[in-house]
Formats: sequence, structure tokens, C-alpha cells
Amino acid sequence: MDISFSAEELAFRDQVREFFDQAPLEDVKVLIAQESTHKKGTVQWQKHLAAQGWIAPNWPIEHGGNGWSPTQMYIYENERVAAGAPDIVPFGVKMVAPVIYTFGSEEQKQRFLPRIYASDDWWCQGYSEPGAGSDLAALKTSAHLDGDSYIVNGSKIWTTGAHHADWIFCLVRTSNEGKPQQGISFLLIDMTSPGISVNPIHSINGVHSLNEVYFENVRVPVANRIGEENMGWTYAKALLAHERTAIAGVADSKRGLEQLRQYAMQETQSGRTMAQDAVFRSRFCTIEMELMALEYTELRVLAAQANGQGPGAESSLLKIKGTEIQQAIQELALDLAGGYGSIIGDSLATGDIGHEFGDQARHDFMYGRASTIYGGSNEIQKNITAKHVLGL
Amino acid sequence: MHFNLSEEQAMLQDSAARFIGQQYSFEARQRHVALPEGFDRATWEKFAELGWLSVPISEVSGGFGGSAADTMVVMEEFGKGLVAAPYIATVLLFGGLIDGGAPPGAKNSLLEPLLAGQLQGAFAYQERQSRYDMADIKTTAVREGDRFVLNGEKTLVLNGATADQVVVSARTSGNQFDASGITLFVIDANTPGLHKTAYRLMDGQLVANIAFNNLSVADSRILCEEGDGYWLMKQVVNNTILALSAEGLGIMEKLTQTTREYTKARKQFGVPISSFQVLQHRMVDMFMACEQTRSLLYRAVCSAESVDAERSLNALKTMIGREGRAIGKEAIQLHGGMGITDELDVGHYVKRLLVINTLFGDADYHLQKLAQSSLPE
Repeated sequence: MDISFSAEELAFRDQVREFFDQAPLEDVKVLIAQESTHKKGTVQWQKHLAAQGWIAPNWPIEHGGNGWSPTQMYIYENERVAAGAPDIVPFGVKMVAPVIYTFGSEEQKQRFLPRIYASDDWWCQGYSEPGAGSDLAALKTSAHLDGDSYIVNGSKIWTTGAHHADWIFCLVRTSNEGKPQQGISFLLIDMTSPGISVNPIHSINGVHSLNEVYFENVRVPVANRIGEENMGWTYAKALLAHERTAIAGVADSKRGLEQLRQYAMQETQSGRTMAQDAVFRSRFCTIEMELMALEYTELRVLAAQANGQGPGAESSLLKIKGTEIQQAIQELALDLAGGYGSIIGDSLATGDIGHEFGDQARHDFMYGRASTIYGGSNEIQKNITAKHVLGL
Repeated sequence: MHFNLSEEQAMLQDSAARFIGQQYSFEARQRHVALPEGFDRATWEKFAELGWLSVPISEVSGGFGGSAADTMVVMEEFGKGLVAAPYIATVLLFGGLIDGGAPPGAKNSLLEPLLAGQLQGAFAYQERQSRYDMADIKTTAVREGDRFVLNGEKTLVLNGATADQVVVSARTSGNQFDASGITLFVIDANTPGLHKTAYRLMDGQLVANIAFNNLSVADSRILCEEGDGYWLMKQVVNNTILALSAEGLGIMEKLTQTTREYTKARKQFGVPISSFQVLQHRMVDMFMACEQTRSLLYRAVCSAESVDAERSLNALKTMIGREGRAIGKEAIQLHGGMGITDELDVGHYVKRLLVINTLFGDADYHLQKLAQSSLPE
């Protein structure tokens, strides 16, 4: 049992820290924060990471991965968050790329992976449907074979960034035989294909990031199918555990808690700071305790991965606890903002009300409700844990 | 970075698990608790033979010189087996204090019989008004030549009724709440002026109030230096909190497992009650609480020598208190009517967890300590 970093790991940490120190973070963050320049800023930042060779450390080395150890991944992520650097959009690099390099054809690898690495294509994920949420296998979007193409009909919902996307990876129904999971295929679909339309969904915080995507007789080449027909569920499932592990967001929550601490030292009541308030202190440290634990839970999972185990069903624990902690931080921040947390920031003439975090606190709290719903809701995660870890 | 047990740790764990599995049934444990001293002397001597008493004692003092992780693996097994023995009081507290602060001659004469299983020790530090603040001491020790005269009363002294030797914290200077001016004395339990009042705690162990009425003790019986005892007792208590938390985690794991097995066997409405989603989710919560607690235990063990040590310990003891009790309550609830019987082991495990919460600072106390280091006051 040993948590200390080796000299090589410390040198790596210094290298990462220096990179983020010198990165053009401020420009990029301004662009990303604005809806109109969000895509431009994101692509600019991701290209910067790609130029450094650090955008896809988990990929196989032959496709541009770095072969980093779990400890290096942990160090990188901590440094990234400490520097306030944005995370990458996960759909291309972290979600579809592993499916392509694990289950795709050689031609698909050559065609898609370099463009994903360079952020030349923006990807979105077409899994959920109006009638298929937690019960994803109930999905109905259909794909019928017609010569060397599929004809796709149906709709996908909660599609983050579909309005920016060049490509969508979809689970579609190619058969109604057998169990629902057995008739699903994994398709890569060009968003410029005739018959695709994207409708915005304005979310609870007033921001447009979600969409509904409609498919009406959309023609998709069979060459864009991953692996075998009707095997899509297996391919998608293999990647879900990785997604849940990434959702824990320990480093981001550490930063969120530190920001909360700073705000608590500046907000006052009856001449004392809120950091001195007994109830605030109790709530703050309860979150801190859980986060201190989760940090080591994540390290334990990483260490197990380094030994060639998992991530298996225990990644559900990271998802559940990680999102509960995120929401607890958001909730405490909203309470700390008090009445200022209710102000619609955009409605102000100047945007300056002498209170800089209330608007953000409201946004984070409202949109943050999504975290216990997406990636398999926390209740579904508990079902998975009950079945696969506890054997109930 | 790794969380694997060393070969020695794996052997310790195996030997403790095997002993408990083969020779320490719940029924045997209940017989031991019912004995006048609340534990069985023959079993204690067995512990000595197996080398467990020497684990945390340094090598120069004749011990194994084990790390926090070595002690952890033994204590976790003790927790699973609900071992009723004065390991905390005699080995970790008394042994730790003597090991850390006694002059060489006294060290050997006390630790040799201790390691052989022939000497019982205790640490008397808590007072009626002090709750969990170890520096709050009204017991006085006044110098008279080369001796000190002690007056005051200590409460809830673990193993206090049985101990042959007792380490006592007394104030030799300063004010009631000062960390400095606290002196530690090793006192023979048969010294005139020492009065014990024995009583039981809900986990079955025998403890005592110990009063000192003009008790005279030689200044050669001081640990460390006069007035400097606080930092030694703080270090020893921190080590003990780690060990106690490992015991607590062992109990939490055991209760979670027992509850799982029970719900799979228990049928209502014609099906095992483990098939009900509302119960499944509660058992997942129990499982997650165990894993989070284990993570904090590992964090505290790995950072015992670092700047993160105190904070990790505060977080750990808070979680042991809160989640230990939460798991205990859930275990009783999911066992239904059987859960509230004296016959079933579940309630006895839960009572031990409740006692653990109240030792060396409860969850609320340690959360406050964590807050003191996280947020300015």
C-alpha cells in the first residue's frame, strides 16, 4: 500500500503543469462560454491539445495514444482541472473512437480516427429516444437494408451538441427477433445526409445544448456499420463502464469545492463570513469528507485497472457518488448565493450586479440535475450494482 | 501507486481470519464477554503466541515494528469476528504510550510481560467535563521532592478495571484546557490512593472510573518530559483511531454481508425479499458506504506520515461514526423482527459500532476538527 509518486511521475507532473501554464486558456475560455463561439473555442482548444499529442492518451499507441499509466492519467486530470482548463467534448475522442478502434474495420479506423484526433469532425451520440430512456434496449429507430445502404427512420433525443455535429453515432433497430438487445446495430451517420433534421431543446437553465434529431428515410451506407449487424448493443455496452468512470469528476469537484470556500470567505452575514457559519461549515465538510473518500475510490479503481482488472460494475459507485457530490456542491453554492442566485443574469443591462457567482450557481444547480439522470440514471446504477456486484 | 497488501500483511490477515473462523465463533465470543473481566485470558495468551500483541510495538522494544497498514489488517479481522479483547487498551494505547515515552529500563519491564500476554494496561485520560477534548484536564499532579501527588478522577477508562498498570494524564502546569503542562504517569493499579469503580459498556466490555486521592508516585514514572505529555498521547491516540476505524470497517463489511445473505434466504410473499428493488437499493447504499469508508481508511493509512494525516483521520472517524451507525440501523431494519433480538449477532455488532463512534471523538467532533482546518474561523 503506497501512494507516493516516483521521480518520473513527479517529472511528468511538472511537464503537464508547465504545458497548462503556457496554454492560451483565457482566450479559449471566453470563446467557449459564449453560445455563438462555443464550437469555435472548443475546436481551437482541442487542436491545441492534439498538437501537444495529449488529446487521446487512452487510445492505442498506433492511433496516437500515449500509453500513460493510471497514475499519469490521474496526475494529468488533476493538473488540467487545477489550471482551470476545459475538458474535451467526450463524444468523439472518448466515446465513439474506442468503439471504432476496438470493433471497427481497418477502413473505418483510417477514415475516422485521424479526423477525430484533429477535431476536424464534431460527433454526437444517438442513444436515447422519446420511448427509450433507462430502458435503452426498447429503442425503435429502425434501419432497413436496401442494397448497400440502410434506410433509417425514427428519432433520437437529449442529443448534446447535435446542432454542432458533423456525425452522429447511433444505436438503431435492425431486427425485432429475439430479445430487444439482440436486434440492435451500431451506425455512424453523416449529419448532412438528406432526411435529418435537428430541433433544439431548451433546458431548465435556458441554455441550448440538447436536441431532438429526426431521421426520415435517411440513407446510410452499410460500410458505416460498426462490426456485425445486430451486435451493436454489445459494442455500446463495452464502453459504458468507461463512461461511468469518467463521470465521477473528482478533480472538477475538488476545484468546485475550493471555489465555494473562496466565496464563503467573501459572503457575509451579521458581520461574519459564511465560512464561519456553523451550518455552512457542517455541510461543506460533509461534502469534503465524501470527496476525500471518492478520490481514493477512484485511485483504487485506477490501480485495479493497472493490474488488468475492470473497470467493471464498481464504476457505478463512482458515477453515483461522483454525481451526488457534484450536486451537493451546486446546492450549497446556490444557497450561499442567497437571493442573488435567483437573478437572471442575461436580463441585466450591464451584467454587473456586484455579485459574480449567483448566475453561475443557478445555472449549475439547474443543469446539474442532469448528472444523476444521464449516463444511466443513478437508480439504474443501483440496479446494476445490486445485480452484478451484490448478486441480489 | 498501489493498494496491495504486502506478503507480511497478507499473512497477518490470513492468520487472524483463520483463527476467528475456526476458534472464535459468536457463541464463544458471548461466553468470553460474560466472564468477570469481559474477555478470556487464555484467548489473550493465544494472541500473544500468534504474535498479534507485538504488531504495533517497535522493534527496539521487542515488538514487530509494524506499520499502520499492518495493524489495520489485524483490526479489520477483529471487527469481522467481533473480537472482545482489550487490544485497544493494552496494546495500542498503553503499549503505544510506553513504547513511545518510557525510559529504557521501565520500557522493557512493562513491555516484556505485555507482549507475553501477562500484563494488562489502560490509559486514563477522559474526565467528566472533558468529552472528547483530551487537553481538558482537571486532574492535578503536584511535585513534592522527587515525587508527585495526584488528585482527580478519570472516567470511561477502557480496561480500567482489569489493568495492572495505568497511564494517567494529569496537569502539572497551565490552565484546564492547555495542551502544554500535561504530564503522563505510569501508575501501578495497586498503589494506595487509587480507587476503581467498574462498570460495563453496551458492547460488553468492562471499563472503570479511576479516582486518585493524594496518590503518591515517583517522578521516575513520568513518560516523556514533565509537561510534554500531550503530543505523545495525541500521536498514540491518532494511531489508535486508525486501528479502531479498521475494526469499525470490518464490522460494517460483516453487517453488509450478513444482511445480503439474510435477504436472499428470507422469503415473504413467496419470494426472497432480496428481489425487492427498494431493499436492493438500500443494500447498495450499505455497500457504497463500506467502499467509501475503505477509501478513507486507505487514505489515512497512506498519508499517516504526511501533511494530510490529521485531515484524513478527521474525515475517516466522521465517516466511521456516521456510516457505521447508518449501516447498523439498516442491518437491523432489513433483518426485521429478528434484528432486534439479543440472540442474533447483528445487534451486538451494531452496539460495538455505536461504542466505536464515541471513542476518541465522535463523528460530529471530528467533522468540526476537519472544518477547523478547511475553513477560517
